[in-house]
Amino acid sequence: MIDVNELTKRYGATTAVNRLTFTVRPGQVTGFLGPNGAGKSTTLRMILGLHTPTSGAVTVGGRPFRDRSRGLRHVGALLDAQDVHGGHTAVAHLAALARSNRLPRARVTEVLEEVGLAGVARRRVDGFSLGMKQRLGIAAALLGDPPVLLFDEPLNGLDPEGVKWVRDLFLRLAAQGRTVFVSSHLMSEMEHTADQLVVIGRGELIAAESLAEFSARGTRRGVVVGTSAATALRDLLAADGATVDLDGDQLTVTGLPASRVSEIAQRHRIPLHRLDTRSASLEEAFMELTAASVQYPAGESR
Amino acid sequence: MSAIVPVVEPRARLVDLVAAEWIKLRSLRSTWIAYGITAVVVVGLNAAIAVDTSSHWKPDPVEDARFVRDGIPLLEAFTSNSALIMMLALGTLGALMIIGEYGTGTIRSTLAAVPARRSVMTAKAAVLTVVTTVFGTLVATASFLLTQAILHSRNLGVSITHPGAARVVVASALLAPVCALVGLALGAVIRRTAATLTASAGVLVLLPLLLTEGSRWSAVAAHATPFHAWSRIVTPRPHPTPYPWTTGGAWTVLAAWALVAAAVTIVSLHRRDQ
Repeated sequence: MIDVNELTKRYGATTAVNRLTFTVRPGQVTGFLGPNGAGKSTTLRMILGLHTPTSGAVTVGGRPFRDRSRGLRHVGALLDAQDVHGGHTAVAHLAALARSNRLPRARVTEVLEEVGLAGVARRRVDGFSLGMKQRLGIAAALLGDPPVLLFDEPLNGLDPEGVKWVRDLFLRLAAQGRTVFVSSHLMSEMEHTADQLVVIGRGELIAAESLAEFSARGTRRGVVVGTSAATALRDLLAADGATVDLDGDQLTVTGLPASRVSEIAQRHRIPLHRLDTRSASLEEAFMELTAASVQYPAGESR
Repeated sequence: MSAIVPVVEPRARLVDLVAAEWIKLRSLRSTWIAYGITAVVVVGLNAAIAVDTSSHWKPDPVEDARFVRDGIPLLEAFTSNSALIMMLALGTLGALMIIGEYGTGTIRSTLAAVPARRSVMTAKAAVLTVVTTVFGTLVATASFLLTQAILHSRNLGVSITHPGAARVVVASALLAPVCALVGLALGAVIRRTAATLTASAGVLVLLPLLLTEGSRWSAVAAHATPFHAWSRIVTPRPHPTPYPWTTGGAWTVLAAWALVAAAVTIVSLHRRDQ
């Protein structure tokens, strides 16, 4: 469980994160969404105690992470797949981390097998592709078998097979009762993975709710109607209070449900060859909600 | 599905962090290459001076005795130029131990695994001190034995039991950890590769070369640098100076640099964002 409470971070005059409050619960995958520069990485760093909040607080499992002397058994994190010395082998990188936390050396072999890097364990990380580095970062996060896992943009650089593997892994970790918090700037990456969403923009909370609730927010729900008498139907629907876009013999109607459109068409004996309710995609809902914030790049420090 | 069981954690020990830092240091091929090249250059340069001396030496019992009496064999056991090269190299190697982590971002992996930052830095300083002390001891001993063997072919060499000989070896050996710790401290504070290496070269090598015995403040400042402290210890018969100082003072200077550098290293990360 991660508890973020009124978390604020300023760098000089720039406010990267502003009074952020949300809770990430165990047993679910929670997506952490926001445009680039929204403050996601800054928030993740504050959760891990790497950056100190200007005000507010964040606890993991009831305690500030920095109060712990060793971290891997409490939180596993992949912040940036590039955060590894290229001169090390995969084994050396993980062995040093395992040793620092007094984890058995056997865990290194186990996690390398789990992420599919056992075959390149003794190769230097310099020669790894971004996808392989992502897998190495995930291996490091799994080392301590922690109840809380954080991943910052974990799908970058992965091939489709890798993306599927990561998604299945997240779902499996959540099903085991762990807290899984995954950031992304692309809604499409979260659509099939996350149960819950935390959406931020310009460092402020936009939404913290289930995926279903979030998708219902889209205002661009509409009804698509196909008819040979498009102009006539447009006038009738507009008279009933709808907003109608005309495109050839197709109308896009917002403000009226499909049942009402059908009723009006039937009453005036206008034949329809198409009648669909179109719900806004999650991506559209996300874009719409964050539209106001993307144009203000908040300083996301590296 | 297995349920999450409460976290059971063994007691945190500094020795595990020391072991982890040692794994990181020894797993880098560049570590071995850099220390190896430094050793070869320093020992080689010392030996080259000894070869030069002995090849130009015209045997003469009176001159031979004066050469030894004036302590020249000890000056050639570890020359000032070799010392400056070793200082430059060790300052860099010490700095690399931390700027390697900042440059690659590994520091975040390290600190996310071990939030106790002072413990991490203590372990780094400890591993660096041990490794560079071993390195310094090997290089200083090899330099002494090789140069004296070369000089001995002309009856100019001295043994380690010769007065002042052990002091040369020990002070030269300890110059390695002192400079490495200074590099580590500068790296931990500055974090950036180019700026750290410039600062390290400036503090360890350039500064002592600029300071002279010409005025009181300059002499006092010079005496406070590791290079002049080393020089004071290894020089059997120092030139007369208006501002004399003791070898005890020089040992204190070396110790103070090491301790202050270690202290700065340990506290440097504590309050800063990573």
